[in-house]
Amino acid sequence: MLDLTWVIPALPLAGFLVLLAVGRRLGEPAAGWIATLAVAGSFVASVVVFFGLRGHEEHHFTQTLFEWLPAGGFTVDVGFLVDPLSVTMCLFVTGIAALIHLYSIGYMHGDPAFSKFFVYLNLFVFSMLMLVLGDNLLITFLGWEGVGACSYFLISFWFSKDANASAGKKAFVTNRIGDWGFMVGTFLTFLALGSINYLDMVEGAAGLATTTATAIAFLLFVGAVGKSAQLPLFVWLPDAMAGPTPVSALIHAATMVTSGVYLMVRINPILTQSADWVPTLIAVVGALTALFAATVAIAQNDIKRVLAYSTVSQLGYMFLAIGSGAYVAAVFHMVTHAFFKALLFLGSGSVIHGMDDEQDMRRMGALRKYLPITAATFIVGWLAIAGVFPLAGFWSKDEILLFAWEKSPALWAVGWVTAVLTAFYMSRQVFMVFYGEPRWTDEGTHAEGEAEQSAEAVGAEPTSHQTQAAVDAHHGGAHPHESPWTMTTPLVVLAGLAAVGGALNLPFDDEFKFLEHWLEPVVIGSEAHSTASTALKIGLAVIALAGSIAGILIARAVYLRRQVAPEKIEKPILADAWRYDAAISAFVDGPGRKAFDGVAWVDRNIVDGAVNGVAAVVRTSGSALRRAQTGYVRNYALGVAAGAIVLVGVFLFVAVS
Amino acid sequence: MEAAVFAVGAVICVVGAAGVILNRNPVHSALCLVATLFGVAVLFIAQDAHFLAAVQVIVYAGAIVVLFLFVIMLLGVDRAEDLGEEPLVGQRPAAVVVGLLLGGVLAGTLAAATITGLRSAGGAVEAEESTPNITQIGRLLFTDYLFAFEITSVLLVIGVVGAVLLARRSSAGTNVDADEEVDEISSPRDREPVEESA
Amino acid sequence: MIAASTVDPAWYLGLGAVLFALGATGLLVRRNPLVMFMCVELMLNAVNLTFVTFARELDDVGGQVVVFFVLVVAAAEVVVGLGIIVSILRRTPGATADDVSLLKG
Repeated sequence: MLDLTWVIPALPLAGFLVLLAVGRRLGEPAAGWIATLAVAGSFVASVVVFFGLRGHEEHHFTQTLFEWLPAGGFTVDVGFLVDPLSVTMCLFVTGIAALIHLYSIGYMHGDPAFSKFFVYLNLFVFSMLMLVLGDNLLITFLGWEGVGACSYFLISFWFSKDANASAGKKAFVTNRIGDWGFMVGTFLTFLALGSINYLDMVEGAAGLATTTATAIAFLLFVGAVGKSAQLPLFVWLPDAMAGPTPVSALIHAATMVTSGVYLMVRINPILTQSADWVPTLIAVVGALTALFAATVAIAQNDIKRVLAYSTVSQLGYMFLAIGSGAYVAAVFHMVTHAFFKALLFLGSGSVIHGMDDEQDMRRMGALRKYLPITAATFIVGWLAIAGVFPLAGFWSKDEILLFAWEKSPALWAVGWVTAVLTAFYMSRQVFMVFYGEPRWTDEGTHAEGEAEQSAEAVGAEPTSHQTQAAVDAHHGGAHPHESPWTMTTPLVVLAGLAAVGGALNLPFDDEFKFLEHWLEPVVIGSEAHSTASTALKIGLAVIALAGSIAGILIARAVYLRRQVAPEKIEKPILADAWRYDAAISAFVDGPGRKAFDGVAWVDRNIVDGAVNGVAAVVRTSGSALRRAQTGYVRNYALGVAAGAIVLVGVFLFVAVS
Repeated sequence: MEAAVFAVGAVICVVGAAGVILNRNPVHSALCLVATLFGVAVLFIAQDAHFLAAVQVIVYAGAIVVLFLFVIMLLGVDRAEDLGEEPLVGQRPAAVVVGLLLGGVLAGTLAAATITGLRSAGGAVEAEESTPNITQIGRLLFTDYLFAFEITSVLLVIGVVGAVLLARRSSAGTNVDADEEVDEISSPRDREPVEESA
Repeated sequence: MIAASTVDPAWYLGLGAVLFALGATGLLVRRNPLVMFMCVELMLNAVNLTFVTFARELDDVGGQVVVFFVLVVAAAEVVVGLGIIVSILRRTPGATADDVSLLKG
């Protein structure tokens, strides 16, 4: 059964190739179904491999396909490492990807580039699976770059609008900065251990010098920061919302952005071997990112941007967990987050679809009646992310906060405040969209102007069957409608998972900690074990729950009951994300430009100067030497005679001495 | 005895050589060259190279120098050359220095060296009484150095053909020089048109 | 065998060196092409003298044979050289060695 590992990435690859060849001809909806079935098949294969691994006596299984790079002392094979971590990743990646493929059939209905979308989606799933299944850093990097490229393709899917194309570029370039760290880390790993194979790394990690391990861990963390949108490289994720909603759900919520977390868990032996400040740095970066993003999310008006910053924030939680040594908690949260974030994104997509491409929450409201399934599932997702007992988010977030408290109460405090803010802004979103008064009925030219503004600002998604004019006309009376079954089915499935997902790792008794036992072989030796008493655990849980409920209540007071004015909370600086982007632009334009000018000056004057200087030297020396060519025979004869004298003299000298 | 002969011959040589390089009139130079050649011939005889002495006088002094004189007369370059002026800057002092140095290093080589030559197999000089010098040379020429001998004869033929070609004038009256195609390049002295004589 | 020479061969070689130096100097100083040529002949003669001296010294007739060849080649050389000089001087009478400076660069 384990030999079927190669099927897992092969099916999406096959789907990609088939759709690349005949996708356009197949058209809607056949292309979509082929892609969905490919990924669904991949999911089935993952389940088979999962059971295979459970029955396997060893905790890991490798399958090598072929030798890829035989370069002397450096050989890289294309091989797969099946161990608890990679199987876990495969399961939820393929599962959620299959659901999102199904969803996209409905969502992308009518788009002229329908089949192209699925081409990219399948390629993405293939790359992601290579990333998690690869048995060495280079295969992972192949997948890493592959998902980055697909992210670029998919973000700028509607590239005719400049903002979308720029968003794609921004994502790619920012990722690249992180990729530098990944690459140098890989080089260093090879230098230190002689191999970049994960099994070799696990074996050799204990023998690493602390400084080497620190350097490797830090560099790979830089890569993770880029891919998982942590401070300071998170700027691409909010802009990435320019892509279609299924893309946001799949790539920027459930799968690609979790690659960084996966990488950190993968190299946990090296992290353990490194100096103490590295895990602390990871935890601090995670915590600060979580807080930062949460503060920004409370002031966003685009329905997807709230979720984007929310993703950044939740990823921060995962890094906080890693930094605190709680790898299992990080993976747990990664899985539950995938469930409810994908659910929320798909739900928001359903809302956007139902509102005929309206994305501004200020123009929504009371949609509960019109989109009942969407609303119900969205509410489940809301409660999950807010950390309300007994939904999935409560359990996973609690694990993280527990270990954060054990690392440092200050980190716990940051985490707790973030949890309150999370509850607040998610409740805000739910109340603004599904409850309250409908704000989409009385319009006119005022509304059109606003619609245009908001569309510009958030990179709205024009689908083919709605031209901009039609959208404007419809605003006079938007007709919210529920989405087709292809879109609501995944919502329901994900809602179910978000509800019961906590059962993966219940903290009550050892026998309920399925995920911990399952992942034990991967993180053995690095996993921190909680020394807290049951009372403390329960106490922290209660405080967290209280914070969540407080957040919900405050949001209710502001947005439902109108007891407090929203402007008091939604400060403009938060809406601008603390002017982070502006700061970057100012820096690049100011000192950055000076640096670039300096480099250009060096290139022009020193590098070119050296090259031209050589030519000038040759020219001047040539001009000087040509004066020996007088044309007079007697001068030449003089030269000959002088040469003869020298020669004879040399021989004489040699003979005498 | 030989020393006296050497002394006389050496004096003639050196005086003649000085005459060659110092005379303004080229005809005088040619005559001084004859003197030097005679001196060299005398020295050849002193060293038992009788055949060579004869050949030297006949060929060098008798033919080559005569050829020189013919050309001098033909071209009318017997006008005295002004030795005072030297258009090339620094040429004269350099020439003097070079000459002195050249002589110096050669003399130095002589002083520092010992003669250790390798003899040729069949080349030992026999006494004049047993075999005349000319026989010895002839024997060597037609055995060991036969190929060079033949090549040299070919060289002479080529030389004759070349000389005829170089100096030819065509019957039509225009110069058929070997270097005719560079007619357009003019020399600084070529202000007045070339005198064409049929 | 030849009677041992009473004159040290070094004298002859020294004379050859002097003649050669004189010829070289003359070649460098004089401008008239014919006189320059004569200086070349001087140098050749110096070489001939040296060869003959060595022939006697080393007891080898080959040296004299070399002189023979030098003579022949010198003759051919004079023929061709004078032919060239005639061609040049016929075109530009009164030309000196300095006027043949087309290779100036």
